[in-house]
Amino acid sequence: MMLLQLFLSFLQIGMFSVGGGYAAIPLIQNQTVDVHAWLSATEFMDLSTIAEMTPGPIAVNAATFVGLKTAGLPGAIAATFGCILPSLILVSILAYIYRRYRELPLLQSILSALRPAVVSLILAAGLNMFLQVVFGGRNALSLAHAQWACLVLFVAAFVALRKAKASPILTMLLCGAAGLLCGMLGFM
Amino acid sequence: MSQAAPKGKRLLKLFFSMLYISAFTFGGGFVIVTFMKRKFVDELHWIDEQEMLDMTALAQSSPGAIAVNAAIQVGWKIAGFTGMLAAVLGTIIPPMVILSIISLFYQRFASNRYVALVLKGMSCGVAAVILDVSLSLGKNVIKTREWVHLVIMAAAFAATFFFRVNVIFIILASAAVGVIMALMARRGGGRQ
Repeated sequence: MMLLQLFLSFLQIGMFSVGGGYAAIPLIQNQTVDVHAWLSATEFMDLSTIAEMTPGPIAVNAATFVGLKTAGLPGAIAATFGCILPSLILVSILAYIYRRYRELPLLQSILSALRPAVVSLILAAGLNMFLQVVFGGRNALSLAHAQWACLVLFVAAFVALRKAKASPILTMLLCGAAGLLCGMLGFM
Repeated sequence: MSQAAPKGKRLLKLFFSMLYISAFTFGGGFVIVTFMKRKFVDELHWIDEQEMLDMTALAQSSPGAIAVNAAIQVGWKIAGFTGMLAAVLGTIIPPMVILSIISLFYQRFASNRYVALVLKGMSCGVAAVILDVSLSLGKNVIKTREWVHLVIMAAAFAATFFFRVNVIFIILASAAVGVIMALMARRGGGRQ
């Protein structure tokens, strides 16, 4: 019964969160804290922090966390399956439509208008992240508050990627190691 | 798209690529999409750049996690149904495993100073990856010299970055521009 409840709760989360993680958080909170009391408010905060610090979509992280806590490994699998099932069906249908009809002039025109918008969305996500790591957010843009070590790391990584075509994951891992080193030396 | 490799090999490559990308990408859905672009477009040449952008738009406007949605799209494109399964499994296994381990001692993990330092360093790198990819993409849009696309790009950027407009509205508005352009093209074509 528990497994079915987990599955159904996360099915709703998967079905109604359009637009990724930030849209999913309130839904996850509603289902896991308010409706089912699987988590306390504090545990939900912890979950958000961990989800932020670990790889993967927040909905999958939440499903694993809540599933494990309430029904062990089968719970984690039931909840995760619930949260990806709507995507599996809907996105597969969309993928089919895209492949079948992408040559139609109307769809061509829509897609060609969407592409530049998507480029901007990605750019804005990157800029926000940059402001977050270097200035601690976009509301305190003063050089006095800049984290110089982060800025240096960012520039080094950027040059390595752009000029030397470095592997992104390797670059990121090296940045992690450099962050640890800077921190231990007191620069960060 | 390279058809040379046998399907089993492609499936394995797809699965392990997604596993690897998913294990190391922190942050929102756009992060993983940029890493997927580097892997499948620039490195393996399995998908062309335009198609990757189309898939990103579709993944963003569908319900559910962007990473999973993008994996579904890429999986279908590269190896059909089994490709979709391989890509999705590759995407969800790392967070499931990592979170299972961390949930055992999460308070110590979340408050650990060294963990915080490594994560901070890594986010500098992630910001660089995203900006690198988006600059390349932006340059390609500019190269087309299609003014409508340039206007869409500028307006979408202002809307999301300065005015914090919900992404769904930006996607819908751009799609509407696309519809209008198609109608105008049809009219113009009819006159000639």
